[in-house]
Amino acid sequence: MYSCNDVIMFKTIFLIALKALFNNKTRSFLTMLGVIIGVGSVVMLTSIGTGLQAYVVDQFASLGVETLYVVPGNPFGSEGGFGGQEAMIESTKPVLKKDYLRRILRDNRDLVTDGVLMGVATTQAKYQTTTKKISLIGTTSNYEDVYSMPAAKGMWFDDNDNSKSEKVVVLGSKIAEELFGKIDPINKRFKIGGQTYTVKGVLAKKGSSFGGPSFDNYVYLPINTLEDNLDIQYIDNFTLKAIDKDHIDEAISAVKKTMLKELDEEDFTVVDQAQILETINSILGMFTIGLGGIAAISLLVGGIGIMNIMLVSVTERTREIGLRKALGATPNIILIQFLIEAALLSIIGGLIGLTIAYLGTLAIQPYFPAKVTMQTVLLAFGVSSIVGLIFGAAPAKRAAKLSPIEALRYE
Amino acid sequence: MLLQLKSVSKHYQIGDNLIKAMDNVDLEITAGEFVAVMGPSGSGKSTFLQIASMLAEPSEGQIFLKDKDVTKYNEIERARLRNQEIGFIFQSFNLLARTSALDNVALPLVYAGASNDEQKRRATKMLDKVGLNDRLANTPAQLSGGQQQRVAIARALVNEPSIIFADEPTGNLDSKSGEEVKKILIELNREGSTIIMVTHEADDAAIAKRLVLMRDGTKIDDCKISCLKDIEKKLKEHK
Repeated sequence: MYSCNDVIMFKTIFLIALKALFNNKTRSFLTMLGVIIGVGSVVMLTSIGTGLQAYVVDQFASLGVETLYVVPGNPFGSEGGFGGQEAMIESTKPVLKKDYLRRILRDNRDLVTDGVLMGVATTQAKYQTTTKKISLIGTTSNYEDVYSMPAAKGMWFDDNDNSKSEKVVVLGSKIAEELFGKIDPINKRFKIGGQTYTVKGVLAKKGSSFGGPSFDNYVYLPINTLEDNLDIQYIDNFTLKAIDKDHIDEAISAVKKTMLKELDEEDFTVVDQAQILETINSILGMFTIGLGGIAAISLLVGGIGIMNIMLVSVTERTREIGLRKALGATPNIILIQFLIEAALLSIIGGLIGLTIAYLGTLAIQPYFPAKVTMQTVLLAFGVSSIVGLIFGAAPAKRAAKLSPIEALRYE
Repeated sequence: MLLQLKSVSKHYQIGDNLIKAMDNVDLEITAGEFVAVMGPSGSGKSTFLQIASMLAEPSEGQIFLKDKDVTKYNEIERARLRNQEIGFIFQSFNLLARTSALDNVALPLVYAGASNDEQKRRATKMLDKVGLNDRLANTPAQLSGGQQQRVAIARALVNEPSIIFADEPTGNLDSKSGEEVKKILIELNREGSTIIMVTHEADDAAIAKRLVLMRDGTKIDDCKISCLKDIEKKLKEHK
């Protein structure tokens, strides 16, 4: 139980501790500097991490939550997260076939509204004197709707082009610029793998999602054209649109059921955006923790700095401690006084570091999606107080243990 | 009986040697007394002061304060006892640097758990008593030696202790300041304070009413102050 007197005494001891720090302004500031830098870098780096995470999640969400993918193998590996090398190799296995997509769409009309497949090939393209290595995506005309990628100029190829294996392409904005420069590519002819193709459309600029290959770099052509004229390597995925977001799980199991009629369970995976998002989130979360962890080392160094100075301070103030004890301070009161001093150094340093990190985050926000969260602030504040208490404990204990006679005799 | 020491000894083991800093001392002090404890250096008078004022524990014997056996008190109980019952005046003042006279005097009240207002009120009253009511905000560095010792006396008095222990209170002062301090001590005793003063100055001892002479850790004389002349002689012989 604490009496009213204890509260008053605690308040007074708090003021005594504050005054001791204030009496040594320069030293207190230099001691805090370690914590300032520590907390500042923890907050700054985690805000960069969480900002990046929020940005990537946003980008993915913009593709639409109703989107499902059927991919070869299991990209998530057996232990969650994106799988390792093995999963990478599996994901390029040529197990998916055009017919399967047709079957999925035919058998699940109530749950899957649309679907598109992506066949991938790489080859050379040539326009006049410009030669480029290009990636080809063979697909169907509903790619436009499933990926919401309308043509900015010209138009997409249609089902007719596909069934007739017409040699027409739609260009990503970047590859269009690289091949044709300032010339308008619509209806221009150019060579792909030695054969002549006509440009039907150019896509609006879309960018990449999270460091992956940019949509702007691909050349899109009818899947039949790709199969008939070029060396298709594999079908990368089926991209499907579920009827709405409440029926995603149902759609996943229905698609799975259809696929199981054709393939074994380990040959393919049906995933939705949420699953992919979750995985990316967990990876970026680890990344943020890693960044914070590296910065936390500087906080540790700051804590050691506090301990160092507090030990010096206890030695320097031996007489003062002896006097306080002679006049009635119990060992606990001395312990509390020195703990408060260490905690104050750490907390004030933490607050300054936090302010600096916050301002720093505001400063880089126009260029980078950094974001200070309440969680980070509380964590940094909590950790810095704990650092103060932990590293203040040894010096405070030493002070509390001093014998009053020895201390008074100390010169 | 205010303070009673029964066969109190303090022994230190230093290597193979057993140092008897205090050996089998009996002493009784009643309220209102003014006792000077004299002796050459190494006589054990400092050890006596530390043990009688609850700063240190005796190796043997018993100590009674207000008829209560306080010998076995633990550190927390001793701290409380020092805070409530004992006032200290040190040779080197022991004031907190960069701290006002008022806050220095209020220090024992902090550990007694007094409120801010009460601390201020009582500390001001005590500084007034020692004639420093115009120096409340001054830090020790802004005060003369005599003034500093008067602040220390105010601090010793502020929690109304039963006994005041003074350790060579004029030892660091010029003679004029020393006289001022002595005057204050005499006045305090006249008002009823019990004072135990350790000194090696016969001039200082002369203001007390009773004299205790120590040598080699034991009490060799205990008499009224009128015996000071004889004791001075004894001290000279010893040298």
